[in-house]
Formats: sequence, structure tokens, C-alpha cells
Amino acid sequence: MNAHPILAALRRHKAGVILIALQIALTLAIVCNAIFIIGQRIDRVNRPTGIDEANLFVVSQQWVGTPESGAPGAVDTIDSLVRADLDTLRRLPGVESVAPVNSVPLFGSSHVNGITLTPDQKNSTLSATIYEGDDKLMSTLGVQLIAGRAFTAADVLRMDFHDDTLPPSVIVSQAAAEKLFPNQSAIGKTIYSDSKPTTIVGEVKLLESSMAESFAKDSDYYTIIEPVRQVGDNSRYVVKTRPGQQAAAMAATRDALFAANPQRVIDSERGILSFAQIRYAAYRADRGMAILMAVVCLIMLCVTAAGIVGLTSFWVGQRHRQIGVRRALGARKSDILHYFQIENLMIAGGGVVVGVVLAVGLNLWLMSQYEMPRMPVMYVLIGMVALLALGQAAVFVPARRASRVSPIEATRAA
Amino acid sequence: MFAYYFELGLRSLRRNPALTALMVMAIGFGVAASMITFSVFRAVSGNPIPQKSAQLFTPQLDGWGPQQNLKGEPPDALSYTDAIALMRAHEASRQTLLYAVHVSVMPGGSRSLPVGANGYAVYGDFFPMFEVPFRYGSGWSAADDDGRAAVVVLSEAFNQKMFGDTDSVGREITLNGHDYRIVGVARHWNPQPRFFAAFDNDNFDESSDFYVPFTRALDVQIDTYGRNSCRGNVDFKTRDAWLRSSCVWVMPWVELDSAADASRYKQFLERYAADQQRAGRFGWAPNVRLRDVVQWLEYRKVVPPETRISLLVALGFFVICMVNTIGLLLAKFMRRAGEIGVRRALGAARSEMYKQFLIEAGTVGLAGGVLGLALTALGMLGIGHLFQPQIARLAHLDVSLMAMTLLTAIVATVLAALYPTWRAAHVQPAWQLKSN
Repeated sequence: MNAHPILAALRRHKAGVILIALQIALTLAIVCNAIFIIGQRIDRVNRPTGIDEANLFVVSQQWVGTPESGAPGAVDTIDSLVRADLDTLRRLPGVESVAPVNSVPLFGSSHVNGITLTPDQKNSTLSATIYEGDDKLMSTLGVQLIAGRAFTAADVLRMDFHDDTLPPSVIVSQAAAEKLFPNQSAIGKTIYSDSKPTTIVGEVKLLESSMAESFAKDSDYYTIIEPVRQVGDNSRYVVKTRPGQQAAAMAATRDALFAANPQRVIDSERGILSFAQIRYAAYRADRGMAILMAVVCLIMLCVTAAGIVGLTSFWVGQRHRQIGVRRALGARKSDILHYFQIENLMIAGGGVVVGVVLAVGLNLWLMSQYEMPRMPVMYVLIGMVALLALGQAAVFVPARRASRVSPIEATRAA
Repeated sequence: MFAYYFELGLRSLRRNPALTALMVMAIGFGVAASMITFSVFRAVSGNPIPQKSAQLFTPQLDGWGPQQNLKGEPPDALSYTDAIALMRAHEASRQTLLYAVHVSVMPGGSRSLPVGANGYAVYGDFFPMFEVPFRYGSGWSAADDDGRAAVVVLSEAFNQKMFGDTDSVGREITLNGHDYRIVGVARHWNPQPRFFAAFDNDNFDESSDFYVPFTRALDVQIDTYGRNSCRGNVDFKTRDAWLRSSCVWVMPWVELDSAADASRYKQFLERYAADQQRAGRFGWAPNVRLRDVVQWLEYRKVVPPETRISLLVALGFFVICMVNTIGLLLAKFMRRAGEIGVRRALGAARSEMYKQFLIEAGTVGLAGGVLGLALTALGMLGIGHLFQPQIARLAHLDVSLMAMTLLTAIVATVLAALYPTWRAAHVQPAWQLKSN
């Protein structure tokens, strides 16, 4: 079909054409970027923590009436309370193992240290999240040791909350090991934190940090485990249950701990949390963002499609007589159908070209304002195809109605 | 005439129900999406203390040095040493230091299990500086600060929980095993975002339960429940060594009444930092900041990026809906070119055409606004799924938001109708009549 008559006709409807093209352009720009954001969020939510998440729960609590930090005998007193709690939890039905811990992946509260390779290095090689726990921590979390050895009971130090001593041995994540010692084994190497030395005795495959950064980065996996049982006003325990017994063990925890020693506060909402709850809370904003974007995109596409249907229907109504004349002069139904389809393709094509420019511009602007990576070209290409297809789908109903205009219309007054 | 055009508008809406429904839905969805995200944005980005935000400043000092500081910016809180030095210098008309604390409280009577409570350790100036309203009693005096008095101010809700709805001033309460005398009960007060403690990241938390003197909290060794950030060669084994370290955890605030006072205070900060450099404590040139509330909130980026991005997306969506409305109104008005021709031929002035079609557009906008209002109300129910509960709690459908929803829908639709109306008003009567 010759494009010339279509172009000539479009020139008669400049306003409508510009409006549809503009709508398609804006929709393309926003939908591409929104879907890109959704993809980012899904990637983030799905990244692994490196721990065996099923059957884990975390108990956070505060001691009441214990001696103040630094007071004589305070460490001994609280440490015996902590060990009594670990025993109490271990004896709960369904519990497989228990460990004291300062934080777990995605939990939010974190302890970050700068790590250096020499004692007097000015800028640290990496900032690592420090996990502190006893020799049972790794087996309770289910992290996978890939080199060196795990901690033994002899490695574990008990330490006051304010004590900044570094234990002589630590275990690092593979990501941290590779950053510190690229292309060589980290086992047996000495690293420094605040100029104090420690030796790497083991390496674990994957362990995510406790703070979920806004976008996935390598640094989220720079973690170090120290064999330390922290003693302070607050204690936290991570508990692993046998499959299917988590709910029962969680329900029994509060009463069992209070029965052993009532001098404590366990927050009714955040005191005892399953790992599923921790994960849900950590990614709430990401999931919310993805849902919002998806809903807005869907409605936006519907509105754009509806706009195309509305304006095309109007044009079909306006051109009833001309369609009748063309039919009377021998045009087939398919010719009329194709006319409107090609017309829409031309308008949508123009809109899509403008839309690509807008989409890339919007992405560049978002990159400058928020920490957002560059959008891959795939998103724009898929968006282009999707909007052209949307235009064709939307135009089909009014175009078919146009194709059914009877040639007799030619003889009627407009 | 208005009533007549309004009726014509309604009638015309009924004439093409499909087209009308499309327009109303586009406007409704567009305005609802914008209003829902805007209500969240408004809640998190507001000025928490508009009447005084320009007089309240938080001083910052670089105790970490160029190697360790935040890309040239001093840390966002002070070390204990520097905080106490600023407090002693007393260079502002009012000043306070503060940090978050968490204590256990033994409720009296038969309920013997202790409960946790969140509060702040502050100086007596805190209450007049931040205009904390009181239900009973008042804050404490500078003498109480100096005397390290065991006094406490409770929040209204916490007082209710502990003592029922009574005036508890003068009674005692036990926090972490130490007795405190209640001197005041604050009315509900929870500025959002919590600007004064923006160093900690709980900007949108529920109101705090109590306030105790900073000096007393240190005496009884209540540690910070908020952030504690350490850089450089820290090496400490005891609490005293930690207090003397460069770890930052104390949030300072000063009240400065004029710009001249503020620049004088800044000079004082520079002098103090220079003194520290001379004394050998800081091995670098003075690096200080003095930000007021608004600058501080902006610097701390307390508005969550999610709320801003979703507002932008919603506004983009609204623009698309409006472009869509222009197109559909154009189709709707031009379809009636014949009718317009007849009316113009019968003597209706062009201005009458403007009036009629703009009122008709307003009717569409009103219908879209009503739908938008319903969708906004519906969206508010689901908002807890989209944002964190602390933030979702802030968004609510109040009278101002309802008025804004309707007004936005009507004004936007009338604006969108300007071009279609202009086209309709310039229909040539002769041409229309002839072609009929």
C-alpha cells in the first residue's frame, strides 16, 4: 500500500496524531524505566544470603538488673546467664542447635570494620561486616566452609561490649578473601583491623552482610566471622530447629526463657523473629516498589490503549463517507483494515522514536539522582516492540469496524 | 446558565458512555496514583518544626581527619569529648546533647515482667528548644543537669501505660533498676521526620517514651541504643576508654536566634577545632559544619528514595492520563461539530461555546475526581504493602487530601480541555451547516 495518502490524511489531524504519538512516547519512557526498576528489585530480593534460611529463628533480648558494663565481675555474671540461656534453648523440643550472635544477614543492625593488609596502611582495603558468635554459629547458620578450618570451643573468647580486642583467628567470606588476596589462598594470612593483627583460619563460600544496601554490590558479601561471645546488656541468639518444628519451638521460647530467668525484656513484636520474617521486613520496600511499578505500568498501558481506541474510533466515525467511497471504488475490506493498521503503525513508530530518546534521558537522569545503573538496551527494544504491538492490538477493533462500512455509505450525506 | 451547561454536560456524558467511562477512568486512576504517592511523600518530606527550623542548628566537627571522614564531610555526630567541650563552652543561647537510650521498666502491681522503653538522654534545654508541649509539670532546669539529678519526663502515652490517665508528677519510676522522680508529662509530640536524632536511622518511629538527663544517664552508664560509629586507630577495652575515643554517637543541637549568632557560632567551632589542632588532638585543619534543620534533613537524605521515585512515576502516569484526556475530549467535542454549527448559526457567541465546553470538561473532571477519591481511599488500605509500616502509618486520607484530589482532577481536566474547546469554538457554522 502506498504511504502517501495516509500521510496526507494524517496532516489533516495533526492534533490527534501528536497526542497519540506523545502518549506512546511518554508511556514507553516510563514503562521501560519502571520495568528496569522492577527487574533490579527482583534481582536484589532473590540474591542469596549464604545461610540455610529454613528452620532458623532469632531471639533478641535485654537483661534487667545485671551489673553495669565494666563493673567487677560483670562479664562473668552475664556470661553465665548467656550460657544458661543457650542451654535452655538447646533443650527446647525440636531445636537442633543454638548459637549466640551479634546479628544475622538482612537483620539491619551491623558492625562494620575497616580491614587493612599492613598495620600502618592509611586507607582500608575493604569494609567488612563482622559477625560474632561461638563455635556453633557456622553450623547453626549452615554456612559452607570451603577452605581452612571451622572454629573450635578453644577459639571462642568472651568479650565485654566495649572491648575492642581482636581475636587471634577469624574466618572470612570468599568475596572478602578474593578482595584481600586476589588469586591466592587467604588461609594463614594476617590481616589488620585498627592496626591489630589476626589470622585467617577459614573461608566460607557465601555470607551476606546484615545491612541490605539499596542495590546489589560485591561489598554486600564482604563479611568476617569472629569467634567471640559478646557479653553486654543485650543478647541475641540464633536457633536452628528440625524441619516442621519451628513454629512450636518459637512459641515455647518466650516462656522457657522467662521460666529460667524472668529478669529480661523480650520485645513482643521484634523479640522473636523467624528468618522468613526477617527477610520479609528487609525487602519490604523493594517488594512494595516492584508492586507499585507493576500496577502503574499495567494501568498506564491500558490507558494508552484506551486512548488509541477512543481517537481511532472518532476518526473512523468522521471518515465513514470516505471509507464508503473507497469501498464503492473497489477497495476490499482488508484494504480498509490495513489502512488503519498502517496509519497506527506510522503514528506509533513516530511516538516510539521520541519515546526511546525520552526513556534514555529519564534513565540518565535517574542515574544522576539515585544510585541506579545504566539500563540495558534490551529493555528499550522490548519496550518498543511492546508498544507497537499494543498500538496494533488497540487499533484492531475500530479498524475492523471501519472495514465493515458498507459501500452504500458513499451515497449518503455525511 | 451554569446550571444549564452543567446539565448539558451531564447529558453529553450519557450520550457516549464508553468514551466518557474511558476519560473518567483515566482521570480517576491518574489522580489516585498521584495522590497516594504524594500523601506518603508529603508525610516524609515535611518540615518537622517549621516555626523554628531556621534557628536550630546541629554543629559538626571533624574528629576523624581527611583519611577517615565521609569524603571530606565531618562525621554526622560528635565524639563524647567534643560534645562535652561544646556544651561547657556554652556559646549558644540554648543547647543540648542527646542520644537514644533503651531501658527496662518494672511496672508496679501484679504484672511482674519488666517491659522495654525507648527514650532519649537530653539536657534541660531540649524541651524549650524543640517546643515540647507539656500536659503536667515541665522539663528540668540547668541546675538539675549540673546536679546530675535523677529526674525524668514521660510521654503522655507512656504515662498512661504506667500510671493510667493521672498526673504522675512527683511520683517515682524505676528505669534499669534506678529510681527517677517524674517532673513532667509531655503531651503527644513526635515530629516527623525525627530531625533531632537523624544520625540514628529511625526517622519515622513512634514517639519516644521518656527523657532523662544526659548527665544522669552517663553516671548510671546507660549506653547509646542508637548508632555508634568508629574510625581510625581505636583501641579500647573499657567503657571509659570508649568514651575518650573518637567514636561518634552524641547528637548536639544549638539554638541561635539570628544569622549573626549563627556565623559567630561557626567561628567558635573553627576556633575550637584550631585549638584541638594546636593541642595535637586533630592532625588536620579545622573542618566544621553548622546546618539548620532543613539543611540537616537534606544532608542526611531522610526522605526515602522509594517515595521520591514512586511520586515521579505517579506524576508521569498522571501526565499520560492528561494527554489521553486531551485526545478523548477532542474526539468528543469535534463529534458535535454539527451541533456547534447550529448553535453558532442561531446566534450563540463564541464565549458561550467556551463556557459550555469548559463546564462540560469540569463535569468530566468532577466524575474523575470522585472515582479518584474512591481509588485513593482504596489505595490507602493497601499502602502498608508498598511502604515500610512506619512510613505507611504517616499517610492518611484527610480533608485537605480529599479536597486536593477533587480540585486536581477538575483543574487538570479543565486545563486539558483548553485546546479541544478552542477547536470547538472555532468551528465554522457555515461550513458545518453546508456539509449537513
